[in-house]
Amino acid sequence: MSQLNELYQEVILDHNRRPRNFRAIEAATATQEGYNPLCGDRLTLYLTLKGDVIADVAFQGSGCAISKASASLMTEALKGKTVAQARELFDKFQAMITSDHAGPTADLGKLSVLAGVREFPARIKCASLAWHTMKAAVAHDTDAPVSTE
Amino acid sequence: MTTGTVKAEGRRQKAETPAGFDVAKIRADFPILAERVHGRPLVYLDSANTSQKPVSVLQAMDDYYRHANANIHRATHLLSERATALYEGARAKAARFLNAPDPHTIVLTKGTTDGINLVAQSYGRSTLKAGDEILLSWLEHHSNIVPWQMVAEQTGAAIRVVPINDRGEIEQEEYAALLSPRTKIVALGHVSNALGTINPVAAMVAQAHAQGAVVLVDGAQAAPHLAIDVQALDCDFYVLSSHKMYGPTGTGVLYGRAALLEAMPPYQGGGDMIASVTFEKTRYNQVPYKFEAGTPNIAGVVGLGAAVDYLSQIDREAALAHEDAVLGYATAQVRQIPGARIIGEARDKTGVLSFMLEGVHPHDAGTILDQQGVAVRTGQHCAQPVMDRFCIPATIRASLGIYNTREDIDALVRGLERVREVFA
Repeated sequence: MSQLNELYQEVILDHNRRPRNFRAIEAATATQEGYNPLCGDRLTLYLTLKGDVIADVAFQGSGCAISKASASLMTEALKGKTVAQARELFDKFQAMITSDHAGPTADLGKLSVLAGVREFPARIKCASLAWHTMKAAVAHDTDAPVSTE
Repeated sequence: MTTGTVKAEGRRQKAETPAGFDVAKIRADFPILAERVHGRPLVYLDSANTSQKPVSVLQAMDDYYRHANANIHRATHLLSERATALYEGARAKAARFLNAPDPHTIVLTKGTTDGINLVAQSYGRSTLKAGDEILLSWLEHHSNIVPWQMVAEQTGAAIRVVPINDRGEIEQEEYAALLSPRTKIVALGHVSNALGTINPVAAMVAQAHAQGAVVLVDGAQAAPHLAIDVQALDCDFYVLSSHKMYGPTGTGVLYGRAALLEAMPPYQGGGDMIASVTFEKTRYNQVPYKFEAGTPNIAGVVGLGAAVDYLSQIDREAALAHEDAVLGYATAQVRQIPGARIIGEARDKTGVLSFMLEGVHPHDAGTILDQQGVAVRTGQHCAQPVMDRFCIPATIRASLGIYNTREDIDALVRGLERVREVFA
């Protein structure tokens, strides 16, 4: 059960129950849909960019605890970051949830509670959905929904 | 024997495991059931996804590779004769399994999806035209939707969909109303993979025929549970997958009415499906070989034949009664869990219990159950329209095979208690 406890930590359960920044942003500068057809997880990510800085970020949608908590934690982590810093965080987060050996996760702060996902290959896409959606939103190169399939 | 048309008379509620049905003996035939997962005994409740395989099926495929491996229909040597006899023997077994009138009405395919695509692209594409209608039900698996959308796009035909009621049963009045002389093809699941509903296929076939439509029945979920008689059903096509009825993956059966198969153009071109080839003119082989281009999955077909043998030597009526008893027990147990909501309560159903737990996404439940050794499927079950119909993102689906027991259900219920603890 220890792996399970690591996956469903209290922080994750809390963000699932009470997702932060769970709202639409009317005047968002970028809006992006994300979809995981495997489990039906679906979210809309709203970003307000002021120059190169993420001034506000929020999401709406439905999904499993992992995808919802990941999206919620991501919105907290991104606020005030530059687009370049957001992309850097994306790479670090991806590395954390996919790498075979547990590397240092200190510089990911609160996001490191999701490190347990790497022990559950079927759930990695749940954790990464919000992040892929964010990456597409800042790239502005597509209107098509992002899919993690 | 139960035929393809099972009457909705609360069979499940009355079901008890017959005294002569020895589930321990059945379980001993399936070596994988002794497996441990995450340090716990495997509780396999995902047979609607794919069933486990008895040792006789594994042995038949191994024997084939050790003693008979050669290409079929092609060579004069002994091994090729053995391989051909095994392959054609499996076709004959499949014909008996479906009570088809003749082995030549049996096309060996890659599986249900392949069979439906074959009918859509060969029969459908050569006969449909703009203004024609293809009638589907809201219960269908994606594989009985998408091939029809593709051929509708190609021919200008339109798709019509029969709605289902809150129990997950096809609305028969709507079905009758949607049938018309424009209806050229009706494609129906025999048993719903997402909800377990058994559809009254024989009556629906008769109604479709009265309007001149041809009927394909997707039997993927029926074949492992019900005795199937394509002549009693009077359907025009019946498709199934070996891997859901205790055989290997990658092979399946398409039964087709002989006159239709004769008239249909080939699906794929290649070796074995031809009588003669020149650059000016190719003559096609006879039915069913004209639909079997290329070297097939011979070992898989041998395994399919062994699976039919396996099912033939057990009392299937008793096995179905046992499965119904376990399903009835599972339904009653899950219903008692606070926050549980069963999706699909058809009066006549088999093999599947789909449900939700309040406040828990099915995917999270699936991970926690797996950690306790309980294998279920969570998600949309390739039936997104069914999920949309009930306004839910997904379900937890426990599905049964002949080897499941009440103890398996007890393990599921204990697992669900753990799920509720985590999400309390």
